Amino acid sequence: MRRYVCSVCGYVYDPEEGDPEHGIAPGTAFEDLPADWVCPVCGASKDQFEPED
Amino acid sequence: MALKVKEGIYWVGVIDWNLREFHGYLTDKGTTYNSYLVLDEKVVLFDTVKSEFFPIFLDNIKEIIDPKEIDLIVVNHVEMDHSGALPKVMEIIKPEKLICSPKGKEHLIKHFHREDWPYEVVKSGDQLSIGKRTIKFLETRMLHWPDSMFSLLVEDGVLISQDAFGQHYATYGRFDDEVDQAELMRQAKKYYANILLPYSGLVSKLVEEVEKAGLKFEVIAPDHGVIWRKDPDKIIQSYKKWSAQQREEKVVIVYDTMWHSTELLAQGISKGLEDEGVDHLLMNLHFNHRSEIITEILDAKAILVGSPTMNNYLLPTVGDFLAYLKGLKPKGLKGAAFGSYGWSGESVKVIEKELESVGIELISEGLRVNFVPSEEDMKKAREFGRKIGRYVKS
Repeated sequence: MRRYVCSVCGYVYDPEEGDPEHGIAPGTAFEDLPADWVCPVCGASKDQFEPED
Repeated sequence: MALKVKEGIYWVGVIDWNLREFHGYLTDKGTTYNSYLVLDEKVVLFDTVKSEFFPIFLDNIKEIIDPKEIDLIVVNHVEMDHSGALPKVMEIIKPEKLICSPKGKEHLIKHFHREDWPYEVVKSGDQLSIGKRTIKFLETRMLHWPDSMFSLLVEDGVLISQDAFGQHYATYGRFDDEVDQAELMRQAKKYYANILLPYSGLVSKLVEEVEKAGLKFEVIAPDHGVIWRKDPDKIIQSYKKWSAQQREEKVVIVYDTMWHSTELLAQGISKGLEDEGVDHLLMNLHFNHRSEIITEILDAKAILVGSPTMNNYLLPTVGDFLAYLKGLKPKGLKGAAFGSYGWSGESVKVIEKELESVGIELISEGLRVNFVPSEEDMKKAREFGRKIGRYVKS
């Protein structure tokens, strides 16, 4: 599973870690995040993320 | 007046004595917009000031050097209070390069719509030799904008830290050892609580990295307020504590009142907290600014929010406060609601829902009283206070 980077603030979404604080279990692929999920650091929407190089 | 920070390094910023409102933040002691000039083989200017202060700013630079001799301008932070004067400065100075972070370039273009400026994008870890000195750049994204970056004057140990470690504090003294210490730390704490709190996770990480790398700064030069030269570690240690959101046995009671019923409840709760010997404050939203309240909440274990029900909802000041609190995303804070009502009595439920949406765990059922509190109601308020007090102490 690929890691994705927030193009606004640089936060990296790591599917292995998920985002438990916002109800995203470890092991959740970026593609499977709900459409209304936002960057936990800056609040940017999912479409502002890019796959990590 | 320009002021020497260290040999070849000057403060050329301006003092905004009378500013009282900064996008929702009560700047009770005004502020400063700090800019730094470094003289070496290349002459470098770090950040500028708010646009209306341009003439004084230019005068300050002229006390040190002919502005046309400035070779490079570094933009550590694009926000208007540091870049407002930039268009005029660019016109006069015509620097070789305008140095900024990748996001800095994007933001500058979206502010000033000048694609033709001589941008030079630097990334974290990049170094630039300007003669005897080296500037090392460190991107600090979301501290507190995506473009934010630090510039370290390596040989001098001077960290130009843009908004981080700053204070809205206008004073004659430009250095930490020249001002009242209690007031300085109050302003630094207020700045943290109102500007940096939502990014506490990033601040913790940054402080940890600084400590791990064994970095010691001789001077920390922020973009607002006084420069830390006597004890830069004091502000780093404070940031470590604030970003960890270490909370004390302290309760902040925030409320507004229509006919003093909710206020009476606040006083009853206060008695209960006194019974338990727990430090607390009563802050009526009508007389206390939201930014002052947030500062007190930074190190409190719990907040109790009170509002009467008005038109099936809240008093507007309470709504304002809850909206402000929500954006600042405090972590590890507990809370409860209270309020009086006449007939329908929605306020307590509305407050509870809002507190939960902020991530504040409710530690007690809300306290609701119909119209004016009776003796029995006041006993309940006191017991409510005791219960909160016991929780905070446990």
